Amino acid sequence: MTAPVLEPRTMDLLRFATAGSVDDGKSTLIGRLLYDTKSLFTDQLAAVEAVSLARGDEYTNLALLTDGLRAEREQGITIDVAYRYFATPRRKFIIADTPGHIQYTRNMVTGASTADLALILVDARKGLVEQSRRHAFLCSLLRVPHVVLCVNKMDLVDWSQEVYERIADEFTSFAAKLEAPDLTVIPISALHGDNIVSRSEKTPWYEGPSLLHHLEHVHIASDRNLVDVRFPVQYVIRPQSTTITDYRGYAGQVASGVLKPGDEVMVLPSGFTSRIAAIETADGPVTEAYPPMSVTVRLEDEIDISRGDMICRPHNAPSVGQDIEAMVCWMDETRPLTVGGKYAVKHTTRAARAVVRGLQYRLDVNSLHRDESATQLTLNEIGRIRIRTTLPLLADEYRRNRTTGGFILIDETTNRTVGAAMIIETA
Amino acid sequence: MSQTSRYRVSHLAALEAESIFIMREVVAELERPVLLFSGGKDSIVMLRLAEKAFAPARIPFPVMHVDTGHNFPEVLEYRDRRVAHLGLQLVVASVPEALEAGLVREPADGTRNRIQTPVLLSAVEKYRFDALFGGARRDEEKARAKERVFSFRDDFGQWDPKNQRPELWSLYNGRHHPGESIRVFPLSNWTELDVWHYIAAEGLALPEIYYAHEREVVERDGMLYGVNEFFAARADETPFVETVRYRTVGDASCTAAVRSVADTVEKVIEEVAATRITERGATRGDDRVSEAAMEDRKREGYF
Repeated sequence: MTAPVLEPRTMDLLRFATAGSVDDGKSTLIGRLLYDTKSLFTDQLAAVEAVSLARGDEYTNLALLTDGLRAEREQGITIDVAYRYFATPRRKFIIADTPGHIQYTRNMVTGASTADLALILVDARKGLVEQSRRHAFLCSLLRVPHVVLCVNKMDLVDWSQEVYERIADEFTSFAAKLEAPDLTVIPISALHGDNIVSRSEKTPWYEGPSLLHHLEHVHIASDRNLVDVRFPVQYVIRPQSTTITDYRGYAGQVASGVLKPGDEVMVLPSGFTSRIAAIETADGPVTEAYPPMSVTVRLEDEIDISRGDMICRPHNAPSVGQDIEAMVCWMDETRPLTVGGKYAVKHTTRAARAVVRGLQYRLDVNSLHRDESATQLTLNEIGRIRIRTTLPLLADEYRRNRTTGGFILIDETTNRTVGAAMIIETA
Repeated sequence: MSQTSRYRVSHLAALEAESIFIMREVVAELERPVLLFSGGKDSIVMLRLAEKAFAPARIPFPVMHVDTGHNFPEVLEYRDRRVAHLGLQLVVASVPEALEAGLVREPADGTRNRIQTPVLLSAVEKYRFDALFGGARRDEEKARAKERVFSFRDDFGQWDPKNQRPELWSLYNGRHHPGESIRVFPLSNWTELDVWHYIAAEGLALPEIYYAHEREVVERDGMLYGVNEFFAARADETPFVETVRYRTVGDASCTAAVRSVADTVEKVIEEVAATRITERGATRGDDRVSEAAMEDRKREGYF
């Protein structure tokens, strides 16, 4: 492959998360993707080779490419989410590379929250392990629309179709229980590059695409919700200028749906209705706006709108409520979530405070067993909670809308982000 | 036209929309933002995004230049022209003034990269800035690959890489106590090539030194340094004239040029797409000190 000739006008963007440990060959796989798309630079490679040599590693440890922090290199572990970038003529890719072990569940949740696709690795010799099931569960919890299971180290099982199919079948039936969306299983050898960039001769029985081909072609445009108009008002633009007078524009990023000038809209929480007078950008007006465009909406009527309000359609509105049921992943190592705990909430562009009214159960992320006797959630634990907010949230179920269905909890003393929540229902 | 091709968004448009969203979040949630503007290509792109985020209003925050005193004249001139055109307030955090006042001391090797940090932090304190937009990108360097878009800094401006706030969806947490601040990186997900594609798409003017020109240089540690008032040839070095361009623009005493004949934005894009060396690896003497040079500087409050 030569260096890609990029076509910036026709390329789109795919964000994917990877989960796994060095043992699964995840770093080798990422290194391979970067190397084969000419996205790995010689000075980076030279630095990694030098460190590998100095540490006495038997092979060039590509994990050193992503383990950027001193503590990570010293301890040989991945602590945090690392972002890597590569591009082919069709797409630009953003990889959120997350550590796989259970103590890093919060990192994987973070990486998956923005991912269009998740890549899960298993070692063909070992088959599905507890970790693979946990990763699949977290992807379904975060509603990652596409999942790719890479059955790696196929060279070590003599490219056995039987081994591959057994793992694929087992994973497929497990994923079915999770309502996992689009699932693809690919037999690969990250170390030798089989089925990474092009189809391998070693797997004549495999009729699917290579990994890169799949990443380049997987259809993500329709993952966006283009039905429910949701425009969280982010900032009100009112120029203090003598030349532009009486201008009032509502700036924000379209969360879902398609907005057009002339559309009748409703503003929440007030419930006032108006029509869209214009949709503007710095490059001029547009005839429609859809996710993820950042635009400025102007309305025909002057109504009182501020940050945190939401523009939607009169007959398709989010729920307006202060009692929220949600799944939450706890991310704070210092203090657990407990019933009665009070937190700041950030939901779309809206800020509120909340008290935890109830903890229905804690979920074992490996067995999916629900422990209804749980009284708290500690770091990396996931549970179903009920909260009451000081202001109504303008929310949808997370399964329907990843933007208007997610919120974070913030500790009001330390200001740290302590919880990531996915709304199940509001009242 | 099918539904999906009708609503397609190019990667560059998606990056732009994300950066604009980030900038609006900061202005909505924080009190005293400032944009770090060096006259380098990334900060030029960032300033253009700020212009677009708040149009037709003016950019609602000042810009700050941390001036090491070792400037390329073309870049200073560009800075002043651009700031005047946009009607912005320019704050200069001056290393030469800090040296004179005794706030910092000139390092033995003459490079001022490291002493920029206390100068930056004292300006932040003086003007009580609570949010600083920086043009850093995650693809630049491995410590930066782990940086958040909203990066929390304590009272001393320090970054604690092991204690970063999780960043989910597009819900950025800018909460902080008085004296603490947030560094914000709207270009986190951009690569060097994205920046150049954007410069081409927007027709952005850049300081001339980004394009190929003839310059008197010396070769040191495998890099080409322009000979200027801040960088003198050593006795054993023979300056020669070479056709070069600058891939990054930093302190004139430690930023190297690269051999290049790319004299237009299209040719630069071709060159960047084909290069096999990272921009910092090719041009920054200061990053070659150690494996963790960048991490260490960032911990102290550097960008």
